[in-house]
Amino acid sequence: MNAEALFLSLRLAATVSILLLAIALPLAYGLAFSTWRGKFLVESVVALPLVLPPTVLGFYALVAMGPRGPLGKIWQSLFGHPLAFTFAGLVLASMLYSLPFAVQPLVASFESLDRRLLDASAVLGADRARTFWRVILPLAWPGVLTALVLSFAHTLGEFGVVLMVGGNLPGITRTVSIDIYDRVQALDYAAAHQTALLLLLISFVVLSIVYGVNRRVWSPWPAK
Amino acid sequence: MLNVQIRKQFRSNGAQPFVLDVTASFAPGFTVLFGPSGAGKSTLLDCIAGLQQPDAGEIHLGDKLYFDAARNLSLPPQCRELAYVFQSLALFPHLSVEQNIRYGLGKLPVSEQIERAHNIATEFRIHNFLSRRPAELSGGEKQRVALARALVTRPRVLLLDEPLTGLDSVLRRSILEDLRAWNDANRIPILYVTHNREEVDAIGERVMTLVNGRVQESGTPLAVLDAPRSVELAHAAGFENVLPAIVVEHRPADGVMRVSLDHAACEIEIPLGDAAPGREVRVAIRAGDILVATELPHFLSARNILPGTIESVETRGAMVALCVKAGASFLVHVTPGAVRALDLSPGLLVWLVIKTHSCHLVR
Repeated sequence: MNAEALFLSLRLAATVSILLLAIALPLAYGLAFSTWRGKFLVESVVALPLVLPPTVLGFYALVAMGPRGPLGKIWQSLFGHPLAFTFAGLVLASMLYSLPFAVQPLVASFESLDRRLLDASAVLGADRARTFWRVILPLAWPGVLTALVLSFAHTLGEFGVVLMVGGNLPGITRTVSIDIYDRVQALDYAAAHQTALLLLLISFVVLSIVYGVNRRVWSPWPAK
Repeated sequence: MLNVQIRKQFRSNGAQPFVLDVTASFAPGFTVLFGPSGAGKSTLLDCIAGLQQPDAGEIHLGDKLYFDAARNLSLPPQCRELAYVFQSLALFPHLSVEQNIRYGLGKLPVSEQIERAHNIATEFRIHNFLSRRPAELSGGEKQRVALARALVTRPRVLLLDEPLTGLDSVLRRSILEDLRAWNDANRIPILYVTHNREEVDAIGERVMTLVNGRVQESGTPLAVLDAPRSVELAHAAGFENVLPAIVVEHRPADGVMRVSLDHAACEIEIPLGDAAPGREVRVAIRAGDILVATELPHFLSARNILPGTIESVETRGAMVALCVKAGASFLVHVTPGAVRALDLSPGLLVWLVIKTHSCHLVR
């Protein structure tokens, strides 16, 4: 088994899920509570990675990150090296790819909150920020956990996008799924199986956590 | 003094749009908002709290401006210094009773927060379970916590939206006593929404009736609710019999007028009102205000004695509802004991006895 590839994948998934949460929280808050009429457009953009083939997403990400792409140019001028085929580039593309997996559980959990609790918070003198930290976030924690875990698992298993924007550089962009593909190409089925089985187990455990927690969503505190 | 003059229209599918149109002043002390469901009572409270925006008008508390549509001003709810107890109570399920009560005191030093929370908890008799979560409380305890959480902030206006529904009357009385004591010590405008006649009588300073988004009447509970002036209100105020009637003649010397009920099926006397002979009106009579006799009674002061036949007998808990056809159909409430003593059963001939002043003219 390729420990280097596995470690890289875990590092990528952890970075992506944490950075993504920081972006998804305000985005989900806006989608859940805003009454703006053009909201559906943002919803569509967020859901796009669900239906696009990873190669299409990866292709545009690659073009944008390339030396002549807008993102690539900005990156080059800021850090003095190209963005494509680097770990940072992989993180950016993966965040885009996993965006709906972070945003949608958050929106769902925000929308299921009793609005009267938010009203009560406002009437008791809390501004929006205080309401968010003291009421919304603590009550929507299963949604937050689901968002974290799903974006982690989804990033861990991605293949097409990584191949397009990351290539296959050992220790930098060669993730487990690429490694499995390589082993199969080299007819080393035993090694491929080892890694594949590990990935299967990790995914199963992670999803069990999500479903286990969500089973208790409606009664996280002593029964009424 | 809280002054409200607002208008808010709600779009509805096809049907006539619902319009809330209220102009009212609320003095310190209790004002009971009474009316059928869907009359706009909760919407009115939401507008005062700033949780919904009226389309037009203004709201101010003394010289503090809450809302002014003309100047496009609306103070956010958190700056209105008011307290609002929702029908659902909306206690924070993830916080303890003490944390719930302290929630609105975030800006005070912790020592003062604790002191105030403990004082109000003692006042509302919930000091023994400050560390419990709302889910571990009984219904009455939750209601006390919601009131304590609202009042601990020392609001300048108190909005209560059916805060005591679902409680038995003993518990309701005890909480109302605490609330009344609080009101005596802190004179602020209190708007109290309820459907419950018993609560109205217990609080009873002023009643304002809201029907179809408009203020219909205001005054003392006795004047407003015992003489309902609209059919919706008559039903909401617990008048089971609201019968169509036509004024036959006025008898000013007796202080009464005669009306014929239900297309001239029978005639009764009601207190003299300002409806001319020939006018179509409605007469509201409480089912509990009608007496049943199995023989023609004599020597009674009651002026309306109608012969009729019992059509159905239905036991509803500690009360029996009779449907009696006496020209018009009357719903009559009697006790199970009366049913046994008089052997009341369907088909029996009876006389209904109705005092003139139990009959109320409704427009």
